[in-house]
Amino acid sequence: MYLENKNAMDKSTDYDVIVVGAGPAGLTAALYLSRAKVKTLVIDSGIAGGQTILTHEIANYPGIERISGYQLAHIMKKQAESFGTEIKINAEIERIVLDRRIKEIKLKKNENIYTAKAVIFSLGGRSRTIGATKEEYFKGKGISYCATCDGDFFTDKEIVVVGGGNSALEEAVSLTKYASKVTIVHQFDYFQAFPHAIEEAKKNTKINFMLNSRITAFNGDEKIESVDIENIKTKEITPFKTDGVFIFIGYLPNTELVEHALMLNEWKEIIVKSDMSTNVEGVYAAGDCINKKIRQVTTAVADGTVAALSAIEYVMNFKSK
Amino acid sequence: MLFTNLKHILTAQEHANILNENENVMVICGRMGPMCIPVYGIAEELEKQYPHVKFYDMEFDNPESHVIRNLPEVRSFMGIPFVIYYKNGKVVHATSSIQTKEQITSILDNVFGK
Repeated sequence: MYLENKNAMDKSTDYDVIVVGAGPAGLTAALYLSRAKVKTLVIDSGIAGGQTILTHEIANYPGIERISGYQLAHIMKKQAESFGTEIKINAEIERIVLDRRIKEIKLKKNENIYTAKAVIFSLGGRSRTIGATKEEYFKGKGISYCATCDGDFFTDKEIVVVGGGNSALEEAVSLTKYASKVTIVHQFDYFQAFPHAIEEAKKNTKINFMLNSRITAFNGDEKIESVDIENIKTKEITPFKTDGVFIFIGYLPNTELVEHALMLNEWKEIIVKSDMSTNVEGVYAAGDCINKKIRQVTTAVADGTVAALSAIEYVMNFKSK
Repeated sequence: MLFTNLKHILTAQEHANILNENENVMVICGRMGPMCIPVYGIAEELEKQYPHVKFYDMEFDNPESHVIRNLPEVRSFMGIPFVIYYKNGKVVHATSSIQTKEQITSILDNVFGK
């Protein structure tokens, strides 16, 4: 599909820089690297785009009024490839060696050892799940993580939205186009969302709130019929009838691959300096997997830019070291 | 219109013909949406590894996709894409919503063999 790299001419496995992760941070880094004639390989365990492709519409990327996440990712990928970046998708990493001067990456089902002078990890994140009983079983059978994808299945039904951030409150409002009633379940007695999002949700007559609460179990046979909701203060658990549950409770960084190789903080995010360097020489990190507060496409591309320019400088000085 | 490199099924008749002519068939019925695009990408990649399986997609909002939307196996489904695995024309497995490469590979191995 649009992800196929038909222009990869050089099949050597030795690169100047390997970028792990093909989201906005990784693709931006690849664009800068390959444009600077730095031989670059991007590896991703899924498809290019990262979490951007999970976004229906992006309206806050400067210079582009409105675009789907899929389209934006597609353009970023094409742009990086046009300067010579090679991209390997659906490629799972079996082993990495970072503590040598020349870094090594071995992929599963691939005999080659990919080597580079520097590595940039732009590993991204994934939606946090509740972890309650039968959550995986009911995915697509009442549990959803995408309001715009699945909202119409819940027309005139009563649903629950879990979370208290911008995504949860904005999607709850959006789901009132379909659902007859939306109950927001949130673990705190306050919301982390921006004031305008809170105001929009509070003034919507279809939306109710259950604060200081969390879901402990999903119940039903073929599809969700109810959830168990615990009042966090009283510990009382009450069954709550619902036709569906939409979950928007933030993201987890995908840093398992490097947890023994790089320094992470308590939230498992890679600790970087302002030049995106990590605690290992020649290893950089960028995007949603690093220690930072604001996670947007714009901040990811900024991180990718800084990491690439730092890596270029490192590669340029590599021979003289 | 689905912008994938998979072969597209456009009509119910075409769907019936494919099931008649092929032993192992996987059909992804979805939109160009966040939960569907990763599944198309995985299928495109796996197509080369499973030459004994025919991979197709079909647009969820195409009225002709009633052949999938009305299957008894998807009665409880409330998330796209619907992915249907057919053996000798019969549904042997079906999933709803986004799936990982590991999940899809496991199903393909189980129902069609490696």
